[in-house]
Amino acid sequence: MTAPATPVSRSDVLPNVDVAPGRAKRRGRTRDRLVEGWLRGHTLLIYLFLYFPIAVVVVFSFNATNRRVTQWEGFSLKWYESVLNDTVIQAALANSFRVAITTAILATLFGTMAALGLQRTPRWFRTIFEALTFVSIIVPEIVIALSTLVFYSTSFDAVHELFGVRWRLGFETIIAAHALFNISLVMLLVRARLSGMDRTHVEASFDLYGTPWRTFWQITFPQLLPAIVAGFLLSFTFSFDDYVITYFVSGAGTTTLPLYVFSTIRKGVTPATNAVAAVMLLITLTVLVVGQFLVWRNARRTGQRGAQASVAGMITEQSG
Amino acid sequence: MGTMAEAAPQTPARPRRSYGSLTGLLVVPASLWYLVLLVVPLLIVVVMSFGEKSRLGGYQPAFTLDNYIDALDPQRVSPFITSLAMAVSGTILCLLAALPIAYFIATRGGRRKSLLILLLIVPFWTSFLIRTYAWLTILGPDGLGGFIGTLIGDSSFRILGTPFAVLLGIVYAYLPLMVFPIYVTMERMDRTLIEASKDLGASRWGTFRQVTLPITATGLITGSILVFIPLMGEYVVPAILGYGRVFLIGNQLVLQFLESRNWPEGSARAVVLIAIMLVTVIFYVWFVNRGRRTREVSVL
Repeated sequence: MTAPATPVSRSDVLPNVDVAPGRAKRRGRTRDRLVEGWLRGHTLLIYLFLYFPIAVVVVFSFNATNRRVTQWEGFSLKWYESVLNDTVIQAALANSFRVAITTAILATLFGTMAALGLQRTPRWFRTIFEALTFVSIIVPEIVIALSTLVFYSTSFDAVHELFGVRWRLGFETIIAAHALFNISLVMLLVRARLSGMDRTHVEASFDLYGTPWRTFWQITFPQLLPAIVAGFLLSFTFSFDDYVITYFVSGAGTTTLPLYVFSTIRKGVTPATNAVAAVMLLITLTVLVVGQFLVWRNARRTGQRGAQASVAGMITEQSG
Repeated sequence: MGTMAEAAPQTPARPRRSYGSLTGLLVVPASLWYLVLLVVPLLIVVVMSFGEKSRLGGYQPAFTLDNYIDALDPQRVSPFITSLAMAVSGTILCLLAALPIAYFIATRGGRRKSLLILLLIVPFWTSFLIRTYAWLTILGPDGLGGFIGTLIGDSSFRILGTPFAVLLGIVYAYLPLMVFPIYVTMERMDRTLIEASKDLGASRWGTFRQVTLPITATGLITGSILVFIPLMGEYVVPAILGYGRVFLIGNQLVLQFLESRNWPEGSARAVVLIAIMLVTVIFYVWFVNRGRRTREVSVL
């Protein structure tokens, strides 16, 4: 890109200016259109790829057939009827709700508390805490699952030897294990919100002699609410859908819906399993819609825009 | 005059500036959780990996490296190799699939941006197990597998139970996790840089390669880590779509812990798996910081 040393006459330059860029532009435009088309096509294909399998499950759950799943024999709700009247499935559904709701409450409470508390802890503590949060998220789920099982088994043996009490795996062990990951998750969401928060309102409240208690509930908490709601819903969903950890640390009578589905998958695909799967999808999607509505209403009231105005926005922000 | 002098001491000299230091105690429950359900269990696994299997299954204290020698034995290391191959190819495929879509949403999304992102969140939000299960019908003998089978005239042709089915399943499951971070970095990118690049005569591809890609490198690496880590420990997808024939490290860990109950041997493999994760993450942290340093240097 060095400038020419000698001045070039206008006639030398003109043809280049007139003709060549024009042709290049035309060629460039065709290429632009191709690139645009490819981008659109690729995006569309990926969305189809993402939704097609889900659609297959839902569509075939309405199939009236008694034989092959994919042989369409008319629309019917009979599989839903049989699934919802199945006492085993009812129990699994109830177990799943019990685990997921308790986990979500614990994780939201402790995660939010931790995010608030970390602002007032010494730096060394914060460093260790952040490192552990990191570990809890990056260690593969299967390692968390097996180490938790080994821990439960070892400590329950120790308790048995010392006190003669036999603790067993059950709801408590599942919930405690699920809460670990979800506490980290809620804490990250709430901390992200805290760091982006406007401090002036808190300071104004203190200047006006607001007590810490009132300042928190009237100023800080409303601003944190979207993150807290998103954290609660994510925790609920992760816990509700979890298979690996639950599989390792569940005991007798604590079969959750994913465990039930997994055990029936081994026997092959049936319209009934499709119906259970569709029910699971419906539950988690309802949670997403309700959460989105709550966050959206809050955002409208407080005039927030952008990422903080949707659950989706918060999740994508967090992953960046 | 006198009343004012009396009233003055009653008002606090200075209002509080912030929450009290006792607020720090709020971290206690979460810290306990980390200590009891993360640090202690991982330490137990490390200790156990040096132990021996007792006759009844479970653990017997000892100090031996046999479990590690066994885990890294060239003849028995294959689940690690398969997992690594799956994780690397799965990550690359996710990257290739995610990059254009993230780019499209970030630069062409316009007013539909939130909707497009929401449409990515929905599959991510639905059960992992169900989404994997869905492929059983699609790839099975009544679906694509049977169709290709009749097409090539080979009735024994199967897709399920092959590495291809597992790879498809994991790409499907983890794709949204790859799109989010790439999209976020592209979205945050300073658009004027692209304008500048175009003004300086760079082609679209040149702009993408020399401006967009280096700036979004952090997003690409974050996405790759987010996908690579769970892929290394994947259990559900190979168990369902691989019929147990595609044997990954996750399947082996389940076998050793829940079926053969050889905890020391399984622990050694778990520790090796954690070590692989640590190396990956350290590389990641190094890479991200390296990027920062060069940016600072270039500013100077």
